[in-house]
Amino acid sequence: MHRVKVRVVEDALDANNTIARANRDDFDRAGVYVVNLMSAPGAGKTTLLERVLGPLEGVRAAVLEGDVQGSLDADRLASLHVPVVQLNTGNGFGGECHLDANMVRSALPSLPLEDIDLLIIENVGNLVCPAEFRVGEDTRIMVSSVAEGEDKPLKYPLMFRACELVVINKLDLLPHVDFDMDKYMHHLDSVHPDVERLQVSARTGEGVDAVREWLQRAAAREGAVA
Amino acid sequence: MHELSVSSAVLESVLRHAAGRQVSGVKLRVGHLRQVVPDSLDFYWGIVTRETVCEGSVLEQESVPGRLACTPCGREWEIDMPIFRCPTCGGSEVAVAAGDELEVESIEVEEEPACTA
Repeated sequence: MHRVKVRVVEDALDANNTIARANRDDFDRAGVYVVNLMSAPGAGKTTLLERVLGPLEGVRAAVLEGDVQGSLDADRLASLHVPVVQLNTGNGFGGECHLDANMVRSALPSLPLEDIDLLIIENVGNLVCPAEFRVGEDTRIMVSSVAEGEDKPLKYPLMFRACELVVINKLDLLPHVDFDMDKYMHHLDSVHPDVERLQVSARTGEGVDAVREWLQRAAAREGAVA
Repeated sequence: MHELSVSSAVLESVLRHAAGRQVSGVKLRVGHLRQVVPDSLDFYWGIVTRETVCEGSVLEQESVPGRLACTPCGREWEIDMPIFRCPTCGGSEVAVAAGDELEVESIEVEEEPACTA
């Protein structure tokens, strides 16, 4: 036996990215606009979806719900009369902390791609790993709640740079938390200058219309291309 | 905090290139912007490689500093904090010149000597 050096020079995420491109091709063929929705646990992704998806006029939506375990979120969304497919990541190393392209690929046969215009992939709540793994989405939206503090863009730049829209949630909590919106915006603009942002309270419904319109515009663009 | 995910992705890439051969070393280039903690990655490498041909292999990490380049004014600079604005012109049109690598550069594998008879 002897040792041989083998030159590789490969991005460690190449395999994931290849599968993500295959997913994207399938979504494009079906004319489906795909959103990868990411946030920390408890930032309000599911509540936002409950608010947004009900009256999403003119857009046929479905949700792919990623969770380490259980179907609590999928059960909540089921009442909205949009197709919801649950994807559990629990069989990994104590449960994967993010969705990857292969997991999403495994769920494709369960999704009614031909009958929808918009697919929201609700990622596992985590501010780090989901930013590394593309799943075949057209765009990435993150939900960032004021309860998490104004320093988060500086602490999690990978995530804040990975998204095209930041939805700042839980505005109704502003009187109760030490959160300086100007400072937050300054941090956000340092990490991801000029990224689109919307301020909402998914709980009260404040600002949610703007998120719905954003999704409707995005899905309409995809429809025009397909 | 995402070192487990990163080490799993690295392992997948290495296993493909090792093609069944025993691996004794892996050289990885890690950009500063990937926010990878070297000791943590090393720790998880020891775990994810168990019962694979990479078990016991040495993970050598080369850290690549983050460098940004301003598109309008051409300035290039090294960053430590994640501030993506040009310190010269204040512009936000900046590109990552270096520091987002997560690249398996090479692996060292055990091979039978080629038959010379």
